Amino acid sequence: MRKTGLYLLLLPGVLFLTLFMVIPIVMTIASTFYQDGSFTIQGYLQFLTDAYFLKIMLTTLQVSLVTTIACILIGFPAAYYISKLGPRKKGILLALAIFPLLTSSVVRSFSWMIILGKKGLLNSSLLAIGLIDKPLEILYTPTAMMIGLIHLFLPLIIITLVGVMENIDPDLLKAAESLGASKLTAFWKVIVPLSVPGLIIGSILVFVGSLTAYTTPALLGGKQRVISTFLYQNAITLNDWHLASVIATIMIVITFVVIYFMNKLATKLNPKG
Amino acid sequence: MQEKNRGLALFTSLVFLFLLGPLIIISFTSFEPGSVLKFPPEGFSWRWYENIFEVEMFMTTFKTSMFVSLLGNLLALLLGIPAAYALSRFDFRGKGILNGIFISPVLIPGIVMGFAMLKYVIVVYNLPIYAGLLVGHTVLMLPFIIRVIASSLSNFDFAIEEAALSLGAGRLETFFKVVLPNIRSGIIAAILIAFLESFNNVDISVFMTGPGVSTLPIQMLTYVENNFDPTIAAISVLLMILTAILMFIIERLMGLSYFTKR
Repeated sequence: MRKTGLYLLLLPGVLFLTLFMVIPIVMTIASTFYQDGSFTIQGYLQFLTDAYFLKIMLTTLQVSLVTTIACILIGFPAAYYISKLGPRKKGILLALAIFPLLTSSVVRSFSWMIILGKKGLLNSSLLAIGLIDKPLEILYTPTAMMIGLIHLFLPLIIITLVGVMENIDPDLLKAAESLGASKLTAFWKVIVPLSVPGLIIGSILVFVGSLTAYTTPALLGGKQRVISTFLYQNAITLNDWHLASVIATIMIVITFVVIYFMNKLATKLNPKG
Repeated sequence: MQEKNRGLALFTSLVFLFLLGPLIIISFTSFEPGSVLKFPPEGFSWRWYENIFEVEMFMTTFKTSMFVSLLGNLLALLLGIPAAYALSRFDFRGKGILNGIFISPVLIPGIVMGFAMLKYVIVVYNLPIYAGLLVGHTVLMLPFIIRVIASSLSNFDFAIEEAALSLGAGRLETFFKVVLPNIRSGIIAAILIAFLESFNNVDISVFMTGPGVSTLPIQMLTYVENNFDPTIAAISVLLMILTAILMFIIERLMGLSYFTKR
């Protein structure tokens, strides 16, 4: 009797997800191995041998990697500072970091169009102070995508790291110092290693997020394609659903491979064992 | 150390300038009286705010977005509350796998999910676009609903439930009269978090547009492709006000720790 009750609670949700998510995803993956009634890996061969596709892959990986590294380098010190503040100030800064995170990605990317455009704020200020004599072409380049993506994901890594750093026992730092370590050594030997799990989770979120983000590259990348805008282009504009499914499968595989290996790394590097 | 702290404080202020500056700039430009976006604006006018209400597509897509996010939210609650309850209350075989399935919509890239849904929900299952949009957003919201409510239930003392049961109340009655009131703030927070996720979604909605059907974010994307007037800036300000209000309520209900814990 109790078992039936349990199934009744879970069944509607499971059925709904199976019907509207699991089957569509699994069938999309399966469809890539099947064309005109027979087994094929033609789609993948086409993808892996075409210079244009490979260039898009490379751009996507580059943009995501730079975004992730920048987010870590900028986010880590900021998170450390925030984690040391009193509860009131910490709360305010966390709220200010969470607010952009909850704000529409269209709004956030659009704000960079105003800043980076040919007649945008950046160019007009640089021209006005005479640093440049003709406007920089930043908007619609990979650089613009990176700036937009860093803006998109920096709050994520900051709040993740603050969450981890808050839980580091301040006595550890004091102990290290009383044993003769300088403040900086103590920071490197105590705070950094203990933040590694948070750093890895944060990096996964940022890397996978940038790898699969659509709105920001679509608005700031112009004609420059990344894998997600390329998927959209094939699915909607070019109507090549087979290739779009291949791209979708590749995106799923990359996502899960990254998550899997980063998780392995996290368990390995976790100082608590 | 004092020196280093001051350096770090300055660095952190610059980080926040980078994060919030663009949002402040966009707010200023929304008051531009001319027809080209500029910063700083050349005057002050409500003209572009009025324009939002004059462009019919913004009003229609706003209504669609509201409808999909609210009704999808309700569906996600009906599916999610029982599941979250079962997953937090009982131990059973296969619990890990079920947990995984319920959380998986956040692991699959949004753009992949949107495409797969277009392929199967719209084309193979032959659902109308409006229904597909609703289904897609329900799937999108479900993991957020389950995660927030499960974390709310993990703070609930199930001994209270046992007490009610042992005093003769039925299971269903106990759930509605004892469990539900105790996790009320968690449920409201779940509704708001899921609403924001759905209302701002682009990745799924971008595949679910058709004659006369589109959501507000997609309409904004389309508008930006062809126009560079301050209307989008004005909508952005309204959306940011909405976001700030919802975030304030979430903070009151359960603090901001939901966002920092992972």
